[in-house]
Amino acid sequence: MRTILDILLSNYEVFLKAAGVTLKLTVTSLLIGSVIGLVFSFFRISSNKLMNGAAKIYIGLIRGTPLIVQIAILYFGMASIITFSQFWAGALALAIHNGAYLAEIFRGSIQSIDQGQMEAGRSLGMSYSMTMRRIILPQAFKRAIPSLGNQFIIGLKDSSLVAYVGMTELWGSALSEAASNYRQLETYMVVGLYYLAMVIIFSYLLSLLEKRLNVSVRRS
Amino acid sequence: MIEIKNLNKSFGSHKVLKAIDLTVKEKEVVVIIGASGSGKSTLLRCINFLELYDQGEIHLQGQNIEPAKTNLNKIREEVGMVFQHFNLFPHKTVLENVMEAPIHVKGLDKAEAKKKALALLEKVGLKEKSAVYPDMLSGGQKQRVAIARALAMEPRIMLFDEPTSALDPELVGEVLQVMKQLANEGMTMVVVTHEMGFAREVADRVVFMCDGNILEEGHPAEFFKNPKHEKTKQFLSCIL
Ligand SMILES: Nc1ncnc2c1ncn2[C@@H]1O[C@H](COP(=O)(O)OP(=O)(O)OP(=O)(O)O)[C@@H](O)[C@H]1O
Ligand SMILES: [Mg+2]
Repeated sequence: MRTILDILLSNYEVFLKAAGVTLKLTVTSLLIGSVIGLVFSFFRISSNKLMNGAAKIYIGLIRGTPLIVQIAILYFGMASIITFSQFWAGALALAIHNGAYLAEIFRGSIQSIDQGQMEAGRSLGMSYSMTMRRIILPQAFKRAIPSLGNQFIIGLKDSSLVAYVGMTELWGSALSEAASNYRQLETYMVVGLYYLAMVIIFSYLLSLLEKRLNVSVRRS
Repeated sequence: MIEIKNLNKSFGSHKVLKAIDLTVKEKEVVVIIGASGSGKSTLLRCINFLELYDQGEIHLQGQNIEPAKTNLNKIREEVGMVFQHFNLFPHKTVLENVMEAPIHVKGLDKAEAKKKALALLEKVGLKEKSAVYPDMLSGGQKQRVAIARALAMEPRIMLFDEPTSALDPELVGEVLQVMKQLANEGMTMVVVTHEMGFAREVADRVVFMCDGNILEEGHPAEFFKNPKHEKTKQFLSCIL
């Protein structure tokens, strides 16, 4: 217990900084991943065979392989094509991974909106894309929030895997700290607490958002 | 106003509309009746091109509408539709439901759209509900908002697909009342309904559909008194 406290207190600057990297990495990769996910969810529901096929292959590959393998391939693959900073290589790898899961979440929530909403929009002279944007997506987003929140939490925790391609985010700095202080267990417990704290704060913000949306938007 | 010629539509191998011919004149109210699955909704949805037919022609206001060469969004602005299940936008207030298309499709400015929407809501008796969300309304109120929403685009034709079928019996009257008023104002209307009272009182013509065909049509008084086909008689005796 004493050592845990020691590590918590004495190394807090290193870990706080690393937690900042983790946060930045997570936010960046999830923002980009959301855009990727939204685009591929449209591909998935489109009747265009080419787009549909591309989306299926992308999602199938991501879901069918371990994240660590994807990170390694994307990281070294991208590094061989263009030079990225280490941060961007890691962030993009995570974005591509999360994008596939987010695509499925968006697709599911878009398809869960009653067909009648699209018909009502179209019958008023609105185009497909306008109805999508103004009628379907706002409802779908709201319905997707619990699953999105869940995926964001997974994304935050999974970002630890980029430590294995040399990034010093939270898990990466835990590995190097433990290697120098020989207090593996305690060090890992401390970073565990950091992750836990971040997830708890995020969950709290999410519940606030859900509450607010439930008040201002009602479903019929 | 609407001229349908030799309209055919299949879903897979199932022929749902078989060489339909139907003309609706300006200011006419045509009621379509028929058994479930006879193709009434499909016919209605073909008229505003929510459903694309396989063969035939639809002329609106003298113009042959060829889906491939036409901006169908523009056509739909002129053809309002009211659905059985209302399909109000649940994330928007009553007022926003009515203002949505005039602002974003027609480009009306907000103040003007609001003025118009409030006038329409007053017309359907729901001005005081303008700030609430649809889930706070009864079925009858929802359907009246849906009518106001369609009217906000100032359509030349209104299509109604069983507008009262999802309503509790005591709420049917208020919706039919609004439709009747609309008919009296000279709106061209095509109404699929099982409300024979409405057909008798308001329709200029009743059309009976059976298995994708129009079996017979006529003035309501004549139609209900002397149905010609055996199937029409059977259908009428079932629902009257
Ligand atoms: N999108 C579709 N795909 C396949 N079949 C369909 C589709 N829409 C309708 N049908 C079929 O076409 C037939 C006619 O349907 P339609 O909805 O036009 O009938 P209806 O006369 O409106 O019936 P109801 O009184 O039940 O509303 C039905 O057998 C129906 O199952
Ligand atoms: Mg129907």
